Amino acid sequence: MSNSPSSPWALEIKDLYKNFGKTEIIRGINLQIKQGERVAIIGPNGAGKSTLFNLISGRLENTRGEILLNGSRIDGLKPFEINRKGLARSFQITHIFPKLSVFENLRCAMLWSKGYRYSFWHFLAGLDDLNDKVEDLMERIRLDKKRDLLAMNLTYAEQRALEIGVTIAGGANVILLDEPTAGMSKSETTRFIRLIKQVTEGKTLLAVEHDMGVVFELADKIAVVVYGEVIAFDTPQAIRANTIVQEAYLGVSTDQAH
Amino acid sequence: MLNGLSYGLLLFMLSSGLTLIFSMMGVLNFAHASFYMIGAYFGYTLSFITGFWPALIVAPICTALLGALFEKLCLRQVHKWGHVPELLITFGLSYIILEIIQLVWGRTAVDFTPPDILQGPFFTIINHVQEGISLVWGDASTLCKAEISNNSVSCSPFPATRAFVMFIALLMMFSLWLVLTRTRMGLIIQAALTHPEMVEALGHNVPRVFLIVFGLGTGLAGLAGVIGGSTFVTEPAMAATVGSVIFVVVVVGGMGSLAGAFLASILIGVIQTFAVAVDYSILQFISSLGMTITETMRDNTMLKLSVSQVAPILPYLLLVLILIFRPKGLLGTREDE
Amino acid sequence: MNNVSAVYQFKPVNVARWIIWSLFALILIAAPYYFKSNFGISVLTQIGTVIISALAYNLLLGQGGMLSFGHAVYAGLGSYCAVHALNAVAAGVFYMPVSLIPFVGGLGGMFFAVLFGYVTTRKSGTTFAMITLGISELVFAMSLMFSEFFGGEAGISTNRVVEEAFWGITFGPQIQVYYLVAIYTFFSVALLYALTRTPLGRILNAVRDNPERVEFIGFSTRQVRYIAFIITGFFAGISGGLGVINFEIVTAEVVGPVRSGAVLLFTFLGGITFFFGPIIGAILLVVTYVLLSEFTKAWLLYLGMAFLFMVMYAPGGIASLIMMNLRLAAFGRLGKIWFAYIGLGFTALMGMAGAAAMIEMLYHMQLNSALGPLVKFAGVTLDTEGVNSWFGSVFVMLTGIGLFEVARRHYLRDWNETQEYIEKEVKRREAL
Repeated sequence: MSNSPSSPWALEIKDLYKNFGKTEIIRGINLQIKQGERVAIIGPNGAGKSTLFNLISGRLENTRGEILLNGSRIDGLKPFEINRKGLARSFQITHIFPKLSVFENLRCAMLWSKGYRYSFWHFLAGLDDLNDKVEDLMERIRLDKKRDLLAMNLTYAEQRALEIGVTIAGGANVILLDEPTAGMSKSETTRFIRLIKQVTEGKTLLAVEHDMGVVFELADKIAVVVYGEVIAFDTPQAIRANTIVQEAYLGVSTDQAH
Repeated sequence: MLNGLSYGLLLFMLSSGLTLIFSMMGVLNFAHASFYMIGAYFGYTLSFITGFWPALIVAPICTALLGALFEKLCLRQVHKWGHVPELLITFGLSYIILEIIQLVWGRTAVDFTPPDILQGPFFTIINHVQEGISLVWGDASTLCKAEISNNSVSCSPFPATRAFVMFIALLMMFSLWLVLTRTRMGLIIQAALTHPEMVEALGHNVPRVFLIVFGLGTGLAGLAGVIGGSTFVTEPAMAATVGSVIFVVVVVGGMGSLAGAFLASILIGVIQTFAVAVDYSILQFISSLGMTITETMRDNTMLKLSVSQVAPILPYLLLVLILIFRPKGLLGTREDE
Repeated sequence: MNNVSAVYQFKPVNVARWIIWSLFALILIAAPYYFKSNFGISVLTQIGTVIISALAYNLLLGQGGMLSFGHAVYAGLGSYCAVHALNAVAAGVFYMPVSLIPFVGGLGGMFFAVLFGYVTTRKSGTTFAMITLGISELVFAMSLMFSEFFGGEAGISTNRVVEEAFWGITFGPQIQVYYLVAIYTFFSVALLYALTRTPLGRILNAVRDNPERVEFIGFSTRQVRYIAFIITGFFAGISGGLGVINFEIVTAEVVGPVRSGAVLLFTFLGGITFFFGPIIGAILLVVTYVLLSEFTKAWLLYLGMAFLFMVMYAPGGIASLIMMNLRLAAFGRLGKIWFAYIGLGFTALMGMAGAAAMIEMLYHMQLNSALGPLVKFAGVTLDTEGVNSWFGSVFVMLTGIGLFEVARRHYLRDWNETQEYIEKEVKRREAL
């Protein structure tokens, strides 16, 4: 499902604009992300970070501009079309399948990429290649002990882990994570970041985050989004020293132990 | 034409309550037409005790109380499980109401006659061959009878009851508008029409608002029932006949919009009344265009259909078409899911 | 040693599954021996037909989260297709064994599902429900317009006994019709169950749980719904076709909203969250319509009230009630709550008896007053004009309700205790 990249850029965003009625939310974003790069997106609340994600993943339609995935345009496509091209995203508010078990959740997420489309002529139980990969994934996100538990009965952190699992199950090469550690305690966050690093190894990662400790742990580059624009896109050290960022983004806690 | 208008206004009385309840609470009240029926029957019985005019006020109030009771006892219980159980419970309620009404009042129509003052025509339109159209207030039957024998006029009396329907409907619209725009509760309801979650988040006493809105909605239905029952017919089947049409109205007009409900009610009311009166068929239309008609065409059932025969399906056809092409409805501001 | 196990992969046969299906087949085969009368077999036949319809309906509702008010449209249109086909076979237009006629129904239902489903499944939730309602009313209203296809007021009648007897089977006797229906029922149930274990079935569940998320894992929600809609239409059509063979007549009500409403109601009563729920619902539907309506004129009222209570207190239906208690049994706690159930049952019965007595008397006064003031109720003769009967009913009802409230509190206490115990047990077993 994920095409072998034909372009050096995993994700390109050119002159992206998004209006809601008369209000401009995204006001001209330009961004180029290399294959395998890990980018954190930070910015004050309401800056448009989630909107940006929604635009990239197809949940919203852009007013102007282009979005390219591996060199081909994806703006204006439906979410499932974009996903089939190799981009997957997670949600800030956990979006899993509450009445299905952990195993079923992951299996559903893997169905399309394994070629089992709308088929009603295969029995799930007999699809060994699929089931083995699901077991694998479950172990990697450390939920193998909760295999048959219904997703709605998991703890919050477990649900977030499942959310990540569902996101990466399809084998997408470009992964968007929307505030993955939202609502977690310190220790949970540390463990979770380790998990994310492991399971997204080799993939291009885009993560919206508020926790600067997480950002510095994960990211190769940071994009600072303020008021619908990217005001800086650089390495973490450069961003830390950037005075424009400090001015525009007061309240950033740079005192996180790093 | 005026008949269509009056029917449309009656539909609006009903569908406004439904729209209010749906917008506010997300509940599509399947039993709304049943409350209409309750209003009619209450009005009927009360009019024997107190006369028509007090019944006009008391019956809707009783209906509203019943509606509020149902909300408190049953609907509230089911609210936390989502919209489907809410819909189902009103569905079940409609069965129960139907049975109880049949139990108490019998399975045949009852004679709910409007008071004397409303009997007879409100005005009569006289179309004189030579003098053109003129309007005569009240009863002009003697005048008409004389002239008709000369073949010089056609008279269309407009019943006072229908005029009354229009009057009450307009009055209700006006007072509803006043309440919605001038009172605090009205403002809350307006907000909830388009953004129900926000209203809850703002901390208003939602259960109490729900109670009031449901009571208000069903009370409006009851009022429509008293009017409609006395003007048209009061029988156990009245809920079914009008029930599906008001759903069409609400959806066509737009799920969250009162103005849309108004527009759609008038539209459907006029279309239905018109269509029933028109006896034109496609065949006649084709022949009027000057095209030749073959024998097989003459026998074809579909072409033989006259507009009046097609009339019953027109509202539903409209519903399906609107849902396909403009799912928000004519003036809707809210699309569901 | 390892090489041996690699060559012979040991897959243990799921014994329980074989037992359940064999039992099901056994019941289907043996039922007519127990309900020997023609009436009994006719009821069984109807039950089989409705089971298929209800299970198909639950594919949309319970498994797909789609509330449809127009199920009867596809079953009914399937019926019409089947009846025209049967008449054509009888007239010699083409040959088809009568036993395949239900397939024509299925194809008919499927055709219309493809047609109407295209626009219906473009929306979801309440809008979807409204479209199905609109189409249902539309088709029902059209049935009076196109009298060639729908047969107008009289409907279309047919004869299932076509000239050539196939291996001695003419489908004249009811018992033969029953076994035909039984075969179709068995295979339909099996197929629909199998569907729940396929990728499509699972993704359909996902659509029910979170339709938006499904789009982000590569599936078009709309497409999934459309396919499910078509499959439902197919089985609904089969059910309709079987109805044609059974009743030998089709009238406009088969596409009507009343019938759609009945399927909805009873499927919900049976339980939409478990696969076998609609089977229970189907049995209840036929029993209620055929038998209950004979016992009491107030049956619609009882039905409405039962439905109301179900929605309020047990939205998972009867199936969920059974499963909850099976769960208790699995943890060995059923014995403790047994007593509370008896108390609940007895007092509820008392309250209901009192209420029912009054309702029966009211109905009698309303409908059968010409027969005099006496009404038979549960072996007791009530006098609608006698104060005693009224007073007695009210007394029984109020006492029943009062005692029920007491029993309910006891039950709730016991239930909560057992639930806590089960929670602890589950945690304990997890830690092992």
